[in-house]
Amino acid sequence: MNRLNYINMKMNLRRRSAKATILMVIAMMSCVSDLDVTPIDKRFATASTVYTTTESYKAGLAKLYAAFALTGQVGPNGAQDVAGVDEGFSCFIRSLWYLQEITTDEAVWTYPNDANGTIFNLHYNSWVPSDGIPTALFARIMNVAALSNEFIRVTAAKAAAGDVTFKQFNSEARFLRALAYYHGIDLFANMPFVTEADLPGAYFPKQAKRAELFAYVESELKAIKADMGAPKFEYGRADKAVCAMLLAKLYLNAEVYLGAGQKKYTEAITEIKEVIAAGYTLSPKYANIFLADNNTNPEIVFSQNFDGARSQAFDIVQVMVYGNAGNGGWSGLRTTSAFVNKFSTLTEARAIFAKEDKGQKLAMASVSTSTDGYGVFKFQNVTSTGATPASASTGHQDTDYPMFRLADAYLIYAEAVLRGGTGGDLTTALNYVNAVRTRSGDVTAGNAPGAITSGQLTLDFILDERARELYWEGHRRTDLIRFGKFTGGTYLWPWKGGVKDGVAIDDKRAIFPIPAADIGSNPNLKQNTGY
Amino acid sequence: MIRLFTKGPLIFLILLFAFTTASAQERIVSGKVTSSDDGSPIPGVNILEKGTQNGAVTDVDGGYKLSVKENSVLIFSFIGYTTQEVIVGSQTSIAISLAPDVTSLAEVVVIGYGEVQKKDATGAVTNMSNKDFNKGVLTSPQDLIVGKFAGVSVISASGAPGASSTIRIRGGSSLNANNDPLIVIDGFPVDNASLAGVSNPLASLNPNDIETFTVLKDASATAIYGSRASNGVIIITTKKGAEGKPKFSYSGNVSAGVPIKYVDVMNASQYKSLVNTLGQTGVSGIDAAAIAKLGNASTDWQKEIFRTAISQDHNLSVSGAFKKIPYRLSYGYTDQQGILKTTGVQRNSLNLNVSPTLLDGDLKLNFSAKGSHTATNFGDAGAVGSAVAFDPTQPVYDPGSAEYGGYFSWLSKGVTNGTANPVAMLNQTDNQSTSDRIIANAQGEYKLRFLPDLKLNVNVGIDRATSDGFNRAPLTAAFVNNAGTLVGRNNTYIGRNQSELTDIYLNYTKQFGDHKVDLTGGYGWQHFYREASNTDSNAATTKTTQSKSENFLVSFFGRLNYTYNGKYLLTATLRNDGSSRFAKQNRWGLFPSLALAWRIKDEQFLSSVGFLSDLKLRAGVGVTGQQDIPNQYYPYLATYQASDPLSQYQLGSTFYTTQRPNPYDANIKWESTTTYNIGLDFGFLDDKITGSVEVFQKNTSDLLNNVAIANGVNFSNFLTTNVGSMENQGIEVTLKAMPVATKNLTWNIGMNFTSITSRITKLNLTNDPAYLGVFVGGIGVDAFIQNHQIGYPAFSFFPYQQVYNSNGLPVEGLYVDRSGKGGTVVGNSLNKYHFRKPASDLLIGINSRLTFKKFDFSFSGRLSIGNYVYNNVQSGRAFYNGTYQLGYFSNLPTAVSDTKFVSQQIYSDYYVQNASFFKMDNLSLGYNFDDVFSQKLKARVSFTVTNAFTITDYKGIDPEVNGGIDNNIYPRPRTFLVGLNLTF
Repeated sequence: MNRLNYINMKMNLRRRSAKATILMVIAMMSCVSDLDVTPIDKRFATASTVYTTTESYKAGLAKLYAAFALTGQVGPNGAQDVAGVDEGFSCFIRSLWYLQEITTDEAVWTYPNDANGTIFNLHYNSWVPSDGIPTALFARIMNVAALSNEFIRVTAAKAAAGDVTFKQFNSEARFLRALAYYHGIDLFANMPFVTEADLPGAYFPKQAKRAELFAYVESELKAIKADMGAPKFEYGRADKAVCAMLLAKLYLNAEVYLGAGQKKYTEAITEIKEVIAAGYTLSPKYANIFLADNNTNPEIVFSQNFDGARSQAFDIVQVMVYGNAGNGGWSGLRTTSAFVNKFSTLTEARAIFAKEDKGQKLAMASVSTSTDGYGVFKFQNVTSTGATPASASTGHQDTDYPMFRLADAYLIYAEAVLRGGTGGDLTTALNYVNAVRTRSGDVTAGNAPGAITSGQLTLDFILDERARELYWEGHRRTDLIRFGKFTGGTYLWPWKGGVKDGVAIDDKRAIFPIPAADIGSNPNLKQNTGY
Repeated sequence: MIRLFTKGPLIFLILLFAFTTASAQERIVSGKVTSSDDGSPIPGVNILEKGTQNGAVTDVDGGYKLSVKENSVLIFSFIGYTTQEVIVGSQTSIAISLAPDVTSLAEVVVIGYGEVQKKDATGAVTNMSNKDFNKGVLTSPQDLIVGKFAGVSVISASGAPGASSTIRIRGGSSLNANNDPLIVIDGFPVDNASLAGVSNPLASLNPNDIETFTVLKDASATAIYGSRASNGVIIITTKKGAEGKPKFSYSGNVSAGVPIKYVDVMNASQYKSLVNTLGQTGVSGIDAAAIAKLGNASTDWQKEIFRTAISQDHNLSVSGAFKKIPYRLSYGYTDQQGILKTTGVQRNSLNLNVSPTLLDGDLKLNFSAKGSHTATNFGDAGAVGSAVAFDPTQPVYDPGSAEYGGYFSWLSKGVTNGTANPVAMLNQTDNQSTSDRIIANAQGEYKLRFLPDLKLNVNVGIDRATSDGFNRAPLTAAFVNNAGTLVGRNNTYIGRNQSELTDIYLNYTKQFGDHKVDLTGGYGWQHFYREASNTDSNAATTKTTQSKSENFLVSFFGRLNYTYNGKYLLTATLRNDGSSRFAKQNRWGLFPSLALAWRIKDEQFLSSVGFLSDLKLRAGVGVTGQQDIPNQYYPYLATYQASDPLSQYQLGSTFYTTQRPNPYDANIKWESTTTYNIGLDFGFLDDKITGSVEVFQKNTSDLLNNVAIANGVNFSNFLTTNVGSMENQGIEVTLKAMPVATKNLTWNIGMNFTSITSRITKLNLTNDPAYLGVFVGGIGVDAFIQNHQIGYPAFSFFPYQQVYNSNGLPVEGLYVDRSGKGGTVVGNSLNKYHFRKPASDLLIGINSRLTFKKFDFSFSGRLSIGNYVYNNVQSGRAFYNGTYQLGYFSNLPTAVSDTKFVSQQIYSDYYVQNASFFKMDNLSLGYNFDDVFSQKLKARVSFTVTNAFTITDYKGIDPEVNGGIDNNIYPRPRTFLVGLNLTF
């Protein structure tokens, strides 16, 4: 080819390759912008698309309630909220229950290898900072705080603008955060402290001392009560009565949390009277409070709700129903003779045990032998008419978990009066205690425990009565501490301190250690005394 | 934009067709190329007219025909043979006899976006062609290279047909992010995302179609792949067609797999006497009522579930040229039974390769499509564990249990949590999937006519995998029960993973006197998309879950290869990668590398050292990145996740689908690994002995790690963020020798040594010295036996230290108080200690091939030293209290008499057992027939034993356990195989 042709071709080429280059550049630029992605999966929304309607905000609020009952976004387990732990153990009310019950005379667990081999430390009152279950609950408490903070932030503007619904949503989120922190005060004393002012990120929260946290929870509950719904306005929601009940519990235990002499029994009476006046009535039959249709029970003030078909988790009610010794299941839970012996007769309506006829023994030679110790059949997945719910074949229950109920309120009233609080009286206290002991349905059936006299109404009686009435409902450890019978040796039960007949334990064990994982990931946290 | 872009390069290719010119008339030369050792014709030899791009390839009979200029020089080259140059002069017929090149120095190795002569390689690159691959049962490409490469470990997950394999190059460099190497098949980097119903994504490629495996190990070799190269790169090329008459070949085999070993458990009479003895003292709660539940049968449950597995494999291929367009088409059929009854895999694969050369050789195109259709029957591998545990006094079948399909079940004795009947599990489970995968790509290399040193490469492709499967059990299946209620199972799923790719790059090669420059620069784009839908259904619940995700990678890359005087080599690469996983400000990662090499042997002062035939020193450093966080595609975005139908929450009478904010790290960024590598390649005695030594250090920082964070600051207590660092150091030695090379007898032997030490150097945000590390290696409900801790290898075992009595027996429940705090040792993790690890200290691969006349014999084996396994089969079962629990009996391993433990002691270091081993992976004997019926037909018959034998002290059934926790893994069979190869 001659030179001219060559130049021609080159120019042609230049034009063509220029075209191609432009094409390529356009293509490349558009493809660099491909890197801006948003989720294409319908299960995921972004912060800007999730909240549109009032109903969609309620879905966010429902998560805060669910965070106490369920464990993740996939039932019964999956997409778990709190990681690093078996998802079942990450259930708020399950790990709470373990710390409140398995550490006491009311419950034992069969399988020693669980929670990385640390679960028997609960029975033996020998827990160390690296134990799995306290670590899980600590994380769950703070998880509720973090989720609540976000919801408080996203509802703040509308609430501040005076929207009543949003004020109520906002207050409920603050209540649930306070409820979580309350358990932090009770179990761990000194907690990392975050509020809605702390935006999500990676920083080290400061630690709030027990008294600071007490003051915060008290002020929050007092501040929000007026904006909360009227008592019983919607099942499962926190309302004014629920808020008052939490305040009453905070005040009742103030001497434990703030030190001897910091008496707030009068305040406790004020709040508990508000609960009692809210219109709840005792369940005629004790057993019905713990059955599959307990969502209609008139006694329940605040509950964590479950449904065999739609709300599934390996939560504590599921464990109490299916993991109970004596019912042919996996026999994880039993109770000790020290607790069973609180009942003068096992024919009374509240003593719902799996006994020798179910292959269980009263004595406990070994904690890991599932037939040593009575089973407890209090929680059942059958209705009050004896029917099995249609969803029972899922292996999950309809039975809800009664966190607060009227009988507890009655006993708080009586105790606060006995402890010298003003605003209440002993006659009413005795009436309340006897109302609990003489439920009409149980009287009719002939197995009510019967009324007591005013002379029998002592603080020691209250502690035992709370055990008989409220066992396996997650209150026992707090009660024993308030009565000075948890640590030390004034009250022993089988396997307390790791010894078959029980032995005194160190006073430091009235609070749990800050989990090692948290000390490791937050340098602002100081370990509790003695650990 | 995808559509526009995938069209873009096509338009560009079309434009390229415009540049054609006619070629001039010259003389025609023809002839035949044969091998100098046996005179056999060599098909596929490259013939090039020197100084031009004019060339040809020999046909199946070694013949060629080429039109060349007078007085030109022809270059004959072929992998594995010494290149020859011949002056044409006035000849019209040139017969060439090529000498085998034992060192393959002239060998071309593929590297990222190009290829390089092996002698010019500066990085740690090793390759292997099909003649060196493993023989035997080869269902997946990984099987070809087990034990063959220094620094590359391949461990199959189990003996299940089609089971996945874990490939690690120089150990893993991440803790939580993906540790798999990048696998590039014919220029297409394939996605290794999991897909329901596909246990091994790579198994869609028929190993019989593979031509070469190349492993890029150090950063100077891999950094051109930047973001995806931290764990090394494996480049696979498939077989291509060669010019000439169609050549047919068939290879096939029939094999029988048998179980090697069973877990040693008690037989019925031993068990009965044990139960009676325990019953006398009430151990395990055994009383008269319990003993009444014993049966009268004598069942060896393990024998009931395993079988001899008969498998077959057939491959047919045709290659040649159609109108001068080389092609290769192959079909493969594999039907592999598993030794566990009901399990098996069937795969049909079709592979087409067309590689036309157009425009007088200026445009080389290669179209490649690899398709496969796989049907898998997964059965229920849980039967393996159930068979170990099942009470041997119970019968398989119970005529009275019609409600359980006639199988014995503990449900018939009122026990809901009893061990599932393993035979029922296999026979009543119907767990199958079918999956399809196609990887198709078109590559074009255009040599610019006006500037022939500049080549434009375009590669567009698609990789699409789909699956469809179900897992069913009838309502009579006793092992599917919710608290005793039979619910059956009908789970179904479908899934699709797809990725599309565009790579465009320019390559410029030029020699200026003593200086040779090879420059590559380009752009890459890849989109990954996954969707899945599964419905889990039983009589109680039906739940459908659908998921979708996508991510993009966009990259700009460049490489300079510079050679001075043929002796001094430099490679520098740079890659800028953008990942859609990160926020704008952190999206781009820059990954550079630099390597130098010195061909010392070519220096004057060594020319007289006769025994030394090759000596090359290499040194390189580079940075690679990692962004592949499993199942997290938007880790920097604030997202909300809706609850599924089973995790709604009731307020009032309404059930709400809840919305949860997910934890996120707005500042998450690339994990990066810096690799230093020094290598020495050597050859002695005319390269009768060759080898290389590599020393490397890999430092990974900003680990993409799912770590515990300060509680309360994000929406979970764990967050995937950049925390931590780790180091891997190692030495690799590769040796190849040819001790005998005579006309009748040749012997090749190869060995490779790998020693890698790895340790974690930073783990969490605070560096708290009391931090107990991350517990991993689950062995129960929230029970862990492994731990990541600073100063120790990842996945170190973390048990209590067992105390032994004077007779050397472990004392039950007694452990060393390592924290010195007194009190109960058990229950306090401070008393645990880091004891051994699953990874080997030293791995040696050895292989040998002996050819005597028409016989050949080869073997390959591996020696692994210092790898430990936690024997969960023993710790989970070998204790007396496990005999009778929750109302049913379980069999015990006879190893219980070694410890006499009454209660379970799962955290005892007694169970961390030395699993060093030697495995003879393959033994193969073959015979070649040259002229069967006719000259054209050649045949080879072979007999191979795979997994022939294992030498080990390990107390379990197989010491090779991926991850180091041995818990009733589907055992790997020993397989006897008869194979036949035909070519005509």
